[in-house]
Amino acid sequence: MKYDVIIVGAGIAGLTAAIYATRAGKTVLVLEGKVPGGQIINTFHIENWPGDLGISGVDLIQRTQKQAIDLGAKIEMEEVEEIEKTENGFRVVTEDDEYAAKAVILAVGAEDKKLGIEREDELTGRGVSYCATCDGAFYKEKDVAVIGGGNTALYDALYLADIVKKVYLVHRRDKFRGDEALVEKLRKKENVKFVLGYVPGEILGEEKVSGLKLVPSGKVDGVVDDREIIVDGMFVAVGKKPMTEIFADLVDLDENGYIVAGEDCRTSCEGVFVAGDCRTKNVRQLVTAAGDAAVAVNAITEYLSK
Amino acid sequence: MEILDFYADWCGPCQMMKPTMEEFKKVHPEIKVTAINIDDEEEKAESFEVSTIPCLVVLKDGKEVNRVVGVQSLKKLEKLVK
Repeated sequence: MKYDVIIVGAGIAGLTAAIYATRAGKTVLVLEGKVPGGQIINTFHIENWPGDLGISGVDLIQRTQKQAIDLGAKIEMEEVEEIEKTENGFRVVTEDDEYAAKAVILAVGAEDKKLGIEREDELTGRGVSYCATCDGAFYKEKDVAVIGGGNTALYDALYLADIVKKVYLVHRRDKFRGDEALVEKLRKKENVKFVLGYVPGEILGEEKVSGLKLVPSGKVDGVVDDREIIVDGMFVAVGKKPMTEIFADLVDLDENGYIVAGEDCRTSCEGVFVAGDCRTKNVRQLVTAAGDAAVAVNAITEYLSK
Repeated sequence: MEILDFYADWCGPCQMMKPTMEEFKKVHPEIKVTAINIDDEEEKAESFEVSTIPCLVVLKDGKEVNRVVGVQSLKKLEKLVK
């Protein structure tokens, strides 16, 4: 079957786009390779989504998903592998099937950036984690390291400090990108130790993480010698990465992999639109993702009526 | 074959996976799925060295043959037990 619109990604941007597009009378297929909701499902308590103080990410997504389906959108759990421009639209190839669409919305979102060191993948779930609120509870009475210097790392360290025995906050610089107020709070915690000027060089441990070998980052004067810390867990919070690699031949990406588009959500490829965190923009929030979705669908409606 | 499904009530991804697990059980009544709440059965989680949830451990004749962490789609679950 040929759809008017295929939406790649079922986070808040993709699902909102499905709502808008079905309401505009379009046939809609949403393709999701991992899990509906994306990043927000790790948040237990959302305070900046209008109209529902304290809603959980899971509730928000389950409701939005139901709304999209009730309005007529189809959702398939399939990973998209390729999108190709054809004479009169697009061919979308997934891990199991192939679909055709007149227009496409890329709403693939972003995922946690990895450190890129050896054995990081192998030990994920065995001491390496990217989500303190998800996995912190496994480290009661244990020592952990948090890697990073932005707000996510600082929030993670604060959260973990209340659960674990000791938190090493490892950051390559001696200044933090995150809020000073958070840094101050951390300084007051007796069980938080700042390890500045270092980056993880090697993960120690056979079956699971038992420590970290840290190497000087070269960004802080006087930090010259390697050192080791003994930890059971390592929480990586070094930023996000858009999941756009497979679209590099289809649309223009910026140097960090974000899909280049202005506030009109039109990409470099006619007929392909973008919404949410994977777009080049300054503010990446639930409401701006939803906002993009409305704008992208509006642009699609215009495009399809041509 | 048996699947141990380590989860917690406070874990968002685990909640998102529940409908998929239910569907999987319907499609594969021959595979035993045991849900383990890591807050109630801390020792079991520890003995399997689970430190991230959702975590699915596939057992064959009582021995671990496969393991995945994170949310899985029905299709990925199928591949896991193949």
